[in-house]
Amino acid sequence: MNLVAQHLIIAPIVIPFFAGALMLLYDERQRRAKLGLGLASALALLIVAVELLNRAKGSTLTGNNDIGLYLLGDWAVPFGIVLVIDRLSALMLVLTALLAIPALIYSAAGWHRQGQHFHALLQFLLMGLNGAFLTGDLFNLFVFFEVMLAASYGLLLHGGGQLRVRAGLHYIAVNLAASLLFLIGVSLIYGVAGTLNMAHLSQIVPAMGEADLAMFQAGAALLGLAFLVKAGAWPLCFWLPTTYMAAPAPVAAMFAILTKVGIYALLRLSLLLFGPDGGASAGFGGPVLIGAGFATLAFGMLGLLASQGLGRMAANLVLISSGTLLAVNGFALSGGGPNMLAGALYYLVSSTLATGALFLLIEPMSREEGGIAAILALTADAYGIDDFEDDGAPEVGFAVPGTLAVLGLSFGACLVALAGLPPLSGFIGKLAMLAGIIDSSALPRPLAYGFLVLLLVSGLATLIGLIRVGIQTFWVSESVVPRVLALEIAPIMALLGLVLLLTLQGQAAMRYMDATARSLYRPDIYADGVYAAPRKADAQAQESTQ
Amino acid sequence: MEIILSTAIGILAASGIWLLLRPRTFQVIVGLCLLSYAVNLFIFSMGRLTLSAAPIMPKGGFIDSTAYADPLPQALVLTAIVISFATTALFLVVMIAARGLTGTDHVDGRERDG
Repeated sequence: MNLVAQHLIIAPIVIPFFAGALMLLYDERQRRAKLGLGLASALALLIVAVELLNRAKGSTLTGNNDIGLYLLGDWAVPFGIVLVIDRLSALMLVLTALLAIPALIYSAAGWHRQGQHFHALLQFLLMGLNGAFLTGDLFNLFVFFEVMLAASYGLLLHGGGQLRVRAGLHYIAVNLAASLLFLIGVSLIYGVAGTLNMAHLSQIVPAMGEADLAMFQAGAALLGLAFLVKAGAWPLCFWLPTTYMAAPAPVAAMFAILTKVGIYALLRLSLLLFGPDGGASAGFGGPVLIGAGFATLAFGMLGLLASQGLGRMAANLVLISSGTLLAVNGFALSGGGPNMLAGALYYLVSSTLATGALFLLIEPMSREEGGIAAILALTADAYGIDDFEDDGAPEVGFAVPGTLAVLGLSFGACLVALAGLPPLSGFIGKLAMLAGIIDSSALPRPLAYGFLVLLLVSGLATLIGLIRVGIQTFWVSESVVPRVLALEIAPIMALLGLVLLLTLQGQAAMRYMDATARSLYRPDIYADGVYAAPRKADAQAQESTQ
Repeated sequence: MEIILSTAIGILAASGIWLLLRPRTFQVIVGLCLLSYAVNLFIFSMGRLTLSAAPIMPKGGFIDSTAYADPLPQALVLTAIVISFATTALFLVVMIAARGLTGTDHVDGRERDG
C-alpha cells in the first residue's frame, strides 16, 4: 500500500500509456473490450487524480500548498527528471479525467466505429495531457506536448473525409512549426541558464545579469509564442475554428482542454519566472498577454456572431474562453492579485466543461437537418462504403423520450453557463474575475474597464449567437424529431451535472481556487517544495549510518 | 567555427521558413524538414562549441569540466530529432491523403481562382 502511495504521482502517465499500448494489440473487432478498457483507465485516472488533489490540498486548514514530487531514477533535484504535483496540476488532472469519461461514453454511440484505433489514440492523448500537467522541467513539457499533439492529429483525422484531412493539414503544419519554436525557446533558455528544471530556473532568473537576461527573455518569449499558438491567441488562431469544427464530436469535446494546456503552461511558467518576485524581469510579457487576450476575445466574439453553424460557434467560444484567460494571465503578471486569478481558474473549469458539453450536443441537435447525414456521407466517402451501418450489430440502446425537451434544456444550460448568466457557474467565475480586477489598484484603470466591457459584451454575443441557433433548431423547424440515444445524452447530462455541482459547491471550489492562485504567486513555495524532494538513496544512506 | 555554424543555421532556417510559406504541400514539408535541421543544429550549439572533447567523464568524477563537451544538448537533440522525424512522417501521410481526396497538392485543398 505504501508503495502504491509512493508511486501514485506517475500513475496518471503510466495508466493511459499501458491501456493504450494494450489496445494496440487487438484488432478493431474487439471494440467493446477496448471501450471497457478505456473506461476503466479513465475511471482509474479520475480516482488517482482526486486522490492527488486531496494530497495537494495540504494538510493544514489554511490551505498550505503541499508539493508532491516524484524523482525518476532517484537523481538529485536539478539534474534528473522530476514530476511535480501542486494544486494547479492536480486541478487540471481532475478536469482532464472528468472530460475524458463523457467523451468515451459518447464515442460508444457510434463514433468509435468510424475509423481505427480511436480508443488507443484517446489514451495516448490523455497520457500526453497528464504528462504536460505533471512535468517539472521544460524539455519533458515539450515531449509530452508532442505525445499529446501526435495523438490529437490521429484523433482529428478519425473518420476521415475531405474536410477533416484539409483541416488536419493546416493543424499539423501550424503545430509542427510551433513545436520548432518551442525547441528554439527551450534551447536558448538552456544555453543561458544551464538548466531546464522549472524550480531551478525560478531561482536563477531573479539574480540573472543584464546580458544573460536579454537572451533569457528572448528564449522565454519564443517559448511563450509556442504556447500562444496552442492556446489559440489571435493572430495565431486562424487554424482553430476549422479544426475544431471538423473534429469528430467526442474528440472536439476533448480538444476543449487542449487549448487550456497552452494556458496552463503560460500561467505556470510566467508566474514562476516573471512573477512579482522575478527581480529585473518581473512582469515580463504581461502587456503582450493582455493585448493578445483582448484581441483574441474580440476576434472570438466577432467570429461567433458571424458563424452560421453551431460547430463554428463552439470553436469561437473556445477562443473567447482562451482570450479571457490570457488577458487575466497578463493582468496577473502586472500585479492583479490572487483574487482575480482565482476567479479565472474557476472560470477555466466551468468553461471547459460547458464547451465540452456543447461540442457533444452539436451533432444530436443538427441531426434532423441533415448534419449527421453529411458527416456520415463524408465518412462513407472516405472508406468507400455505401451505408454507414458497417458493424453488423446495429446500435442498441433506447432513444430518449421527449428528445427535444431534453436537448433543449441541455442546450439552454450550456448557453447559460457559457454566456455567464446567473445562476450557473459561468456567472460566478466571471463575477469573481471582474470583482478582483476592479478591486486591484495595481492595474491601470482603462485596461481594467476595457476588460470588463469586453467580457460582458462577449457574454452578450454568446447569448445572441446561441439563442439564434436555439430558436432555429427548437422552435422554427418543423421537421421530425431526431432519434437520440441515451448513450449520447448521458455524457452531456453528466458534464452539465458537473457544471451544476461546481455551482452548488461554489464556495468550496472557490476556496480551492483561491489557495491555488495564492500559491501561484509564491514561486518560492514551488521551488522549495521541489528542492526538498526526498531522495531514496539519501534515506537509505541515513538508515545505514544509524 | 562559430561563424560557419551560425551561417548554416541561418540559411537552413531562412530557406525553411520561405518554403513553409509556399502554397504546395511538398514545399511545406521540405520547409519543415529544413527548419527542423536548423533547430536541431541550434539546440546542439547551445552546449557551446568544443572540438574533440568527449561528453562523458571518466569514472571518479569531475576532473576539468572545460575539457568536456556538454552532454545534455546532445541528449536533447537526439530526442528532438526522433520526435520531429516521427511527426514529419505523420504529416507526409496526411499530405498524401489530402492529395488523394482533393486531387490537388495545394495546401488549401483547392487551386486559387484566377
